[in-house]
Amino acid sequence: MNKSGRIGVIVAAAAAVVIIAASFVVYLLAYPPSVSAATVRSGEAEVTMQTVPAYNLEPEPTWVSYMIKQGDAWVHTTMFEVPAHSLVHFTVYQYDTGSPLRNPFMNQVAGTVGGTENLNGKDISIVNANVGDGVGHTFAIPALGVSVLFPGISADAKNPCTDPAPCAESFDHNTITFTIKTGDPGTYSWQCFVPCGLGYPLGNGGPMSTLGYMNGFMKVVA
Amino acid sequence: MTSAGAPAERAERTDREHVRRIGLIWLVLCVIAMPLVYFVLGPHLPPGNDSYQAASQQQDNAVLAVIATPVFLFIWVYVGYAVKNWRIPTDTPVDQIEDGPAIRGHRGFQITWIAVTTVAVLGLFVFATVEMAVDYGAGTGSGTSPIWTPAGFSTSVKDSKLLQVQVIGQQWRWTYRFPQYDGVETADLVLPAGQQVQFNVTSLDVIHSFWAVNLGVKADANPGVNNIAFVETKAVGPVDIRCAELCGTYHGAMAQTGQVMTHQDFDTWIRGQVALHQDLIPQLPAYDDFYVPQTDGGYYDPSQDPPPPVDSGLPPASPSPSGSPAPSPSGTDTSSPSPSPTSS
Amino acid sequence: MATDIAAPGVDTGGTPEPPSEARTRRWWRRSGLPAAAVGAVVGYLIGTYLGTWVGQDNQQVQGMGHNDFAVTLGYLGGTVGWLAGMGALTYPVQKMLGYQPAAEHEHERSLGRYFRYTLDHKVVGVQYLVAMISYFLVGGLFALAVRTELLSPTRHLFPPGKYLEIVGEHGTLMMMMMTSAILGPFGNYFVPLMIGSRRMAFPRLEALSFWLTPAAFLVLLSGLLIGGFPAGWTGYAPLSIQATQGQDAYLVAFGLMAISMIVGGFNIVVTVINYRAPGMTWTRIPLFTWSMLVTGMLMSLAAPVLVLGCYLSLMDRTVQTALFDVEHGGSPYLWENVFWFFGHPEVYILALPGFGIAAELLPVFTRKPAFGYRIVVAGMVGVGLLSFFVWQHHLFVSGINSDMRPVVMLTTEMISIPTGFIFLAAIGTLWRARIRLTVPMLFILGGLFNFLIGGISGVFLSDVPTDAVAHGSFFVMSHFHYTIMGGYMFFFFAGLYYWLPKMTGRMLNKRLGQVHFWTLFVFFNSTFLPLFAIGELGMPRRVFEYADSLQALNMWVSISAYLIGVSMLIFVYNFLKSTVIDPPSPLPANPWGSRGLEWFTSTPPAADNFERIPTVVSGPYEYGTGAGPMAVFRDEDLMQPEGVS
Repeated sequence: MNKSGRIGVIVAAAAAVVIIAASFVVYLLAYPPSVSAATVRSGEAEVTMQTVPAYNLEPEPTWVSYMIKQGDAWVHTTMFEVPAHSLVHFTVYQYDTGSPLRNPFMNQVAGTVGGTENLNGKDISIVNANVGDGVGHTFAIPALGVSVLFPGISADAKNPCTDPAPCAESFDHNTITFTIKTGDPGTYSWQCFVPCGLGYPLGNGGPMSTLGYMNGFMKVVA
Repeated sequence: MTSAGAPAERAERTDREHVRRIGLIWLVLCVIAMPLVYFVLGPHLPPGNDSYQAASQQQDNAVLAVIATPVFLFIWVYVGYAVKNWRIPTDTPVDQIEDGPAIRGHRGFQITWIAVTTVAVLGLFVFATVEMAVDYGAGTGSGTSPIWTPAGFSTSVKDSKLLQVQVIGQQWRWTYRFPQYDGVETADLVLPAGQQVQFNVTSLDVIHSFWAVNLGVKADANPGVNNIAFVETKAVGPVDIRCAELCGTYHGAMAQTGQVMTHQDFDTWIRGQVALHQDLIPQLPAYDDFYVPQTDGGYYDPSQDPPPPVDSGLPPASPSPSGSPAPSPSGTDTSSPSPSPTSS
Repeated sequence: MATDIAAPGVDTGGTPEPPSEARTRRWWRRSGLPAAAVGAVVGYLIGTYLGTWVGQDNQQVQGMGHNDFAVTLGYLGGTVGWLAGMGALTYPVQKMLGYQPAAEHEHERSLGRYFRYTLDHKVVGVQYLVAMISYFLVGGLFALAVRTELLSPTRHLFPPGKYLEIVGEHGTLMMMMMTSAILGPFGNYFVPLMIGSRRMAFPRLEALSFWLTPAAFLVLLSGLLIGGFPAGWTGYAPLSIQATQGQDAYLVAFGLMAISMIVGGFNIVVTVINYRAPGMTWTRIPLFTWSMLVTGMLMSLAAPVLVLGCYLSLMDRTVQTALFDVEHGGSPYLWENVFWFFGHPEVYILALPGFGIAAELLPVFTRKPAFGYRIVVAGMVGVGLLSFFVWQHHLFVSGINSDMRPVVMLTTEMISIPTGFIFLAAIGTLWRARIRLTVPMLFILGGLFNFLIGGISGVFLSDVPTDAVAHGSFFVMSHFHYTIMGGYMFFFFAGLYYWLPKMTGRMLNKRLGQVHFWTLFVFFNSTFLPLFAIGELGMPRRVFEYADSLQALNMWVSISAYLIGVSMLIFVYNFLKSTVIDPPSPLPANPWGSRGLEWFTSTPPAADNFERIPTVVSGPYEYGTGAGPMAVFRDEDLMQPEGVS
């Protein structure tokens, strides 16, 4: 092969490598979309979320997941933005059954305004997850000291959600509301502390470790 | 040692002169550098001075740095000297290169080298072992039965004179339990100044590592293991806490800042925590060396294991792990025996 | 000139030779890459089908939504299919079934033989060379991704899970794929030439060791597409048991590379012991060959433990044994100990070949005998032996029995004594030398400079109190990058620049080589020297966020890392230009003027290396003694007294 032929082969090989590498990079950079909190009035914002027991859609139909509401539609994401120095009101629809917490320290609500959360209309500050229906999921922002529990629906519930996500409000669920006060701008990771990765040893694999399912980022923007 | 075949223009200096020149340059640089390293750099070396263990590690760092300095300088000075003085042009044609002297070895040099390195290494070993003994493990996780313990250490919490802090690692945060204060569990690490502390580090899931950077404490949090580390705090100040063992996605997020306070402030704080968590404390599991969570709730208790068959040669069922106070009666003891088929 | 490498025991004297495979079959029916690709796909599908069938009724598998059986068996099946397609299994299977295997002919000297399963160790050496450079560059790309993420502590480029996957891929590509980066290309190519042998002891094992590496590479990279592995290159359980499917890719790939190491290392050991030419006594063996011998022994002895560890982890992940799961009675220490029992000899598998190259090249570029030959050999053997007794220093803060720690601290500190012997030899060889600062020599000196820093920082890690600060932090990172990249890879480049003229007859461009060296040396140090400080100041490994105060240092490091990438591009350009695109005119057979036996073959060496087995009459480092060439090739020359050329 003459010289320009050789150069051609090398350039083609290099181009192939670059394309493959670029595709990997694009694949690895993929974030779930970010939802902005709805503004109620100046200094207050709202975020609405739900937790589904099984996503029932590709790519991971058996995984539990959070979803966040944007406007009227539910988005499959765990990334959201809230304004700084504001009160942020969370409403969460919890469709999953519960279990005891691995660390019962998180039985107690922490980091919310008033130190309480509102469960189906009643203000509570502690849930004994070791008895009764247990806790389905928690929402915790360790860097801000926030830890809130979402008790589970009964194991004998008549109408559990088995549809593909998002679950409609007609299914059995618990409704939890709480408020936190945000501080300076920053990016804070949040996660669930109930090891609910079904089938994974220790329960913390799978959805627990995957962005967009059971953990995410709260971005506080100025 | 002969230098056979040395070309005329290099016969100016004898071996002894080369040795003297190299030695002199090296000595001068050492005399300048070593005190600089120990006295100027030393006090600023990590991990600083915020606990006796950290100070001890800092000194060890300084000693190692001082011993390393002449080693570095010797190699650098020697190679620099050699390249400068004994170089021939790189593009000398191969058939015109004259060979160097056929020196295959030099017994004196070799023996000196081996002796010096051996002595240095053994000396460092003795120094570090003494330091570990004097500083009760020098802040490292010393396992379940540390061999060097401070006065007042006891395997039972009741009899211990040290402040017991259990560090619980979980994916992905740290929590802390104080068995001497009703077994309260807190989200923040607060310690009194001037206090001998015993960290009992364990994990609920995978391997983490509790790293209190400026206190000089690093102890792996292993599930099912109580890893003990000792530290004696000094003055009031913050504590940088990190996780030093890859534990999953948010390994990097297991970072927080604790605080060392005065004894009175610590007392106030811990009583406040007990009051804040008084509804929670009965729901926590009984304080124990470690907690092995079971899939269907509760924690593994080996005393609940069925006894081994009579003729199996195995010892009888072991009692509950030692060191814990009598389990507090709580409405939570769902400690199941060996795990039933998983059905969560 | 094609020569038969007949299978031992087969009498080719009188029987007519069966027609060579190459000449009778069409390309799509022959063993080779196309067949291997097809075999890999078929094997993967069979394995996946089997695995799906095994796991389908398992409740846990259903719950997770993916099947580790299918993934693992798919990868293993794909590897078997790949090897079968390459022709690796043809000879053993034919022998087992009682057939007369076709005599394998070394094909005409075409480019195609570099893509085949070949028995010529020189071809395998070149295959390894190209492969290792490719794996290195891919691993380097991952490193650049890591450094890009670490530019800012708060602005995240990659999602944290994906970032960990990238970190794991970088580490595993480098530590796993590159273990044979010197033994593979240079060991396989030059050990027979250096000892005066016409062949390797087990050419098929050698080729197998090579062809396992692309399989492992593809398995490892494909792990990214199925979720990656979050446990880094050390793969600690129980995190690895908890991980999704990508972890199976890691475990299978590491197992395959371990097998590659075992067979490759074993082959070299047997060759060196049994295939030396007459007169090649143990004190005349080149130091590079000694290092290959010790490295080969370490590979054969340590890698099986890794295979065990990977197998146990796969058992835990697939059939749910509980070896690493505390909840069901397992132990988290088990993996740490099994892995590091392999892992510590592994890093000496990486260090020793570098020492071998340094010891080999220094006499050539100083025109003096190797100073302290026996001490260097003792050092290499001592390092190899001691390396099996120090692995617990990776567990100093894990809570192991505290009686063990001073013992392991002692053995670890002691291993620095034989390690120092290479510096002793370098010092002695440089004394009153005739130093030529050729590009290989620059890389040797640079490598020694870097390894000194790496080695001394190792002393900080071997000391328990200072290890308390440094363990699990960027200090450790910098230590092993200095020893492995600053040492091993610099020595690799030295070997490459030195031996390429023998492999291809062309030297790499000298000016570009100098630019490559100086840019790499400067930017390598500017990248990794600050990392010592960053680690000591409290930044753990494998994190995506860190203290704001460390941002400036991290940015400096990241920019330097990009400049390392630029330096590598210069090297790639030089390599391609000088070998493929625009090769300079061919050189004489021995451009460096070395005494080594490998330089007394043709360039490139003939298919069976030496027309006649030489008789060795003096050692390879007899510069300045007036000794004649190292070996004589004709009986008549044997009659001459030593010293008369």
